[in-house]
Amino acid sequence: MIFRFFNLYIDGFRNLPSWGKKLWIIILIKLFIMFAILRIFFFPDILKERFDNDRQRSEFVLDQLINSPNNHD
Amino acid sequence: MTENIDLTLLDWSRAQFALTAIYHWLFVPLTLGLSFLVAIMETIYVRTGSEEWKRITRFWMTLFGINFAIGVATGIILEFEFGTNWSNYSWFVGDIFGAPLAIEGIVAFFLESTFIAVMFFGWNKVSKKFHLTSTWLVAIGSNLSALWILVANGWMQNPVGMTFNPETARNEMVSFWEVLFNQVAVDKFLHTISSGYLIGSIFVLSISAWFLVKKREFYFAKRSILVAAVFGILASLMNAYTGDSSARTVAKVQPVKFAAMEALSEGKYNAGLVAFGVLKDSENKVGEKPLKDFHFKIELPGMLSILTAGDKDAFVPGISDLTKGNQSLNIMSFEEKKTRGMVARKALTDYKNAGKSGNIQLRDSLKGIFNDKSFRDNYFKYFGYASIAKAEDLIPDISGTFYSFHLMVILGFYFIFLFALTLYLLFKGTITQNRWFLMICLFSFPLPFIASELGWIVAELGRQPWIIQDMMPVSTAVSNISSGSVIATFLIFAGLFTTLLIAEVSIMVKQIKTGPKH
Repeated sequence: MIFRFFNLYIDGFRNLPSWGKKLWIIILIKLFIMFAILRIFFFPDILKERFDNDRQRSEFVLDQLINSPNNHD
Repeated sequence: MTENIDLTLLDWSRAQFALTAIYHWLFVPLTLGLSFLVAIMETIYVRTGSEEWKRITRFWMTLFGINFAIGVATGIILEFEFGTNWSNYSWFVGDIFGAPLAIEGIVAFFLESTFIAVMFFGWNKVSKKFHLTSTWLVAIGSNLSALWILVANGWMQNPVGMTFNPETARNEMVSFWEVLFNQVAVDKFLHTISSGYLIGSIFVLSISAWFLVKKREFYFAKRSILVAAVFGILASLMNAYTGDSSARTVAKVQPVKFAAMEALSEGKYNAGLVAFGVLKDSENKVGEKPLKDFHFKIELPGMLSILTAGDKDAFVPGISDLTKGNQSLNIMSFEEKKTRGMVARKALTDYKNAGKSGNIQLRDSLKGIFNDKSFRDNYFKYFGYASIAKAEDLIPDISGTFYSFHLMVILGFYFIFLFALTLYLLFKGTITQNRWFLMICLFSFPLPFIASELGWIVAELGRQPWIIQDMMPVSTAVSNISSGSVIATFLIFAGLFTTLLIAEVSIMVKQIKTGPKH
């Protein structure tokens, strides 16, 4: 069953029409840009990057909640 | 440690999220609608055995595949933005967001990713029934994925089923069912998927109309129009019904947004429903901010009171009542809500200080307060007001919300009329001769996308300044990062998504011009 399912994928990719191949190229480029460039260089998890553990993260957010600045002042 | 967030950063962070959400929402609703249309077409093929219906199914399935492939994973960028640009918010929502998104991931992976392969690669390799089942499972799976995202969004509009844990500074889910069956989430899901069905139907209708204008593929185009028009009229009626239900819920849980949708500055008994109007600044102000009045309006007398409360004499509060308060009607003023929010903030400050000074007994007793229902309903519910300086800061962009809402509603009625007329001409047998009507269908192509985006603009612009209604304003939620990096990624996204959209449109146009294969 799993073998047949696997074959379905292999046959499907082998016989992709030209527009299908173009689509896969676009998908792969898109995923590369998203995960290998944007995620790594532009979108770090700020709290994970700035603090070592969850306790520090909690304390930081607690401070933000208590001392939340008001931008409309 | 208080960090000052500048308005440039806040505005760019919001603009970036809006840009990515708007682009993402071009792909998603078409997937939601077209998947069901393809499933219906394939069902007809399997039941009739007609090769023509197989041709019809495969053509629309190809366009579905192109849209699905280009749109796939564009929503993940929104999750990147939560962690980077909205880190305080991401932490604060805790598992409320995590649980629905995890379920969405599993459902999307197992249902869509598995069966979509059968859908595209399985023709003539698996049985007709198994193939049909796979197509239906892809349709159901993609709609279920939308459910969990909308449940998360519904919670932001109406936070329920949770308790705040001051120790972790996170909300914790106490009732999954309350979160799932949150009235906002239910309304939002039904209204959103029906808008997706509308988009799918008009997509099929307008492209089929193009074939008829070009005098090509008559059988294919007329059959496709029949399925799209029947599905479309049901979807547009469902959309109108769920839109009405959504508005009633908004009136209850987000009354300021509702007042902005109607540009209702002063509350009224026997309030009229504005069908359309042109706004101007009113002399009436909240603080320094002028409210809105009408240059002219077309109004249905008493209808707004009837729609919101089922009684034409019912009072519908305006923005002025909701900010300044109205004691005789039991409507709290901004100042009163702020006072309650400050009580909740003080409890949290005392909790923190007790922990710092090692007063464990006091800390534990203060922690217990946050589990107390009375404290939650009377004080913590208004926690976010402690971060709002002035009453006028509670007022969203009235013009943007009003015009977006009314244009969306007008388009909604136009779609009902369009599908009804399509069915009439189809059954009369004159649709192919009415070139003017086919051109209307063709040029209606972008309208449901515009209507759907307007719906999101109403939902998100109308609830400002909140990211979580009454609990967290956007200014508290945003991360203190460089606004330059947010502007840079905004431009990268604008370029990336525009390229993806051009790629999708060009591949799709080529396939449409080629037409269904023989």
